Amino acid sequence: MGVHAGVVFAFFYAPIGILIIFSFSGDRIVGQWGGFTLDWYREFWNNDQLTNSITVSLQVALIATVASVVLGTLSALALERFRFRGRRVFDALLYLPIIIPDVTMGIMMLVFFAEGIDVVDSLLGISLAKGITTITLSHIAFCISFVSVVVRARLSGMDSRLEEAAMDLYATRWQTFRYVTLPQILPGVAGGGLLALTLSLDDVVISQFTSGPGATTLPVYVFSLIRKGVTPMINSVSVVMFLASLVLIAAMLGVDRLRSTGSNVPSAVPRGDLSAEPAVGGHERGDT
Amino acid sequence: MSVSEIATGDADEQHTVAAATPAFEAAAARAAARRGLFMALPAYVYLVIFFAAPFAIVVIYSFATRTRTGGISLSGWNLDSYQRLGEQIVRDVLWRSLGLAILTTLICLLVAYPFAYYMTIVSTTARNVMLVMVMIPFWTNFLVRNYAWRLLLSSGGPLSSVTEAIGLGETDLLFTKTAVVIGLVYSFLPFMILPLYASIERIDHSLIEASRDLYANGAQTFRRVVLPLSMPGVIAGSILVFVPSLGAYVTPDILGGGKEVLLGSYIVTQFGTARNFPFGASLSVVLMVVMLTATVAYFRQGGRNL
Repeated sequence: MGVHAGVVFAFFYAPIGILIIFSFSGDRIVGQWGGFTLDWYREFWNNDQLTNSITVSLQVALIATVASVVLGTLSALALERFRFRGRRVFDALLYLPIIIPDVTMGIMMLVFFAEGIDVVDSLLGISLAKGITTITLSHIAFCISFVSVVVRARLSGMDSRLEEAAMDLYATRWQTFRYVTLPQILPGVAGGGLLALTLSLDDVVISQFTSGPGATTLPVYVFSLIRKGVTPMINSVSVVMFLASLVLIAAMLGVDRLRSTGSNVPSAVPRGDLSAEPAVGGHERGDT
Repeated sequence: MSVSEIATGDADEQHTVAAATPAFEAAAARAAARRGLFMALPAYVYLVIFFAAPFAIVVIYSFATRTRTGGISLSGWNLDSYQRLGEQIVRDVLWRSLGLAILTTLICLLVAYPFAYYMTIVSTTARNVMLVMVMIPFWTNFLVRNYAWRLLLSSGGPLSSVTEAIGLGETDLLFTKTAVVIGLVYSFLPFMILPLYASIERIDHSLIEASRDLYANGAQTFRRVVLPLSMPGVIAGSILVFVPSLGAYVTPDILGGGKEVLLGSYIVTQFGTARNFPFGASLSVVLMVVMLTATVAYFRQGGRNL
């Protein structure tokens, strides 16, 4: 079985390793070795469309993360701590974006922004053009659910008697939240935020259907490049994207360390049920 | 303290308690309900506008008629789009996607099970390292992972050079079904490993010892004890692999070159070049129904808290 595990790891890492090696290859044909060069990184850096799309990606991801952390945490608190009318419907509504295939979600948003846009415009009193705004709005829609799931998992593991004790000691609701609840759930909130950030930065399909002329995210732009025909520059872009993922993973593990006081297993690792599996759902979303 | 005083005190206390119970608690419950709703409201409203409404539009469209210009006519509801699901071309796409998703799920299961089992028997340190090693590809950008295979499988590329060097001849796997399956397995294998690991780890080891004490051999112990007890993980992992494989869009495009038309890209075509929104919508509804059925089945099967 040890051999088998080794083979699985080779399967996992060989493609990424080869990608990194070939990003330094001087040959114009992808996958041919032609001596060491940094040209592709230079070309990537000087490509305005690429750097613009990185800016768009970061803008979208940051706004989507902040908005979904606020909305998701609030909804987690509401669902975990209160019973209210429409709670069950809300609960179901929160889970749907996680399990729906992202082609379907992309199509939904495409049709919505094409047809329902006038209604939304008149409701919100703004005019939406396809682009950064519509991408961000769609990203928030699925990120809320993931943040909510992660924060709820944390909340359900928290002893609610701590909050009661604070209130018994004459803390106001706000003080209770600020000094008791928030510090307890903070690792969950941070983990949910990182998950939202990763999902937003990763997403290809939904962004593709909601992006407009002049505003595409990095994955959408790279996807269109790959479809047009691969050039070695894509290797260098991919390596940079891989390194960005590594930074996010490192942050995630850091949050894990904060979070797991008793257990020695990283808690960002799914544990066999959907509800505790932000990561799994995450990829369902960012992936297909 | 006289007897009467005590009695009064008691009565007083009973009085306050009695007054507090029904009215006060009902008011408190109402206040809590209001507070809960108030906190949920922003996300609730957001999801109704930006998720439920788009969802409803797609469902409504699936019953609408396509106009000659490719628009949507909302007068005249019908099931035409659903009837088209019976057409030969459509059935081919559906079966092909289903077959590919099932094949991907089975391969993932066969590869992941021994791996997950191995993770439960190594030392804690080794196990944590393995978990992190599984998580890294799992969190890596999806596009990058698929692109890496495109590079690896390209004709005259790294894999081909290796097989040629060891005398197996050139391999030209890119843009074949095999490439798509490799890409899907690569993408979703962690989804299988992690739930499997979680469920195998939970098995009480004394049950395995008991089975050995009762003269079961390794295979019998596995089939009668370990496998049944790890079923929740098998089911969870299978659903987590099957559902995204069925709706896959990026992988078939990058590694299959769009040669094999699969459900995901077929749906997209209906909203793009084919401009048949009702038909595309009905295909989406089919995909969502499959996905929801699978999820409900999972929770029926002893799926824990949702």
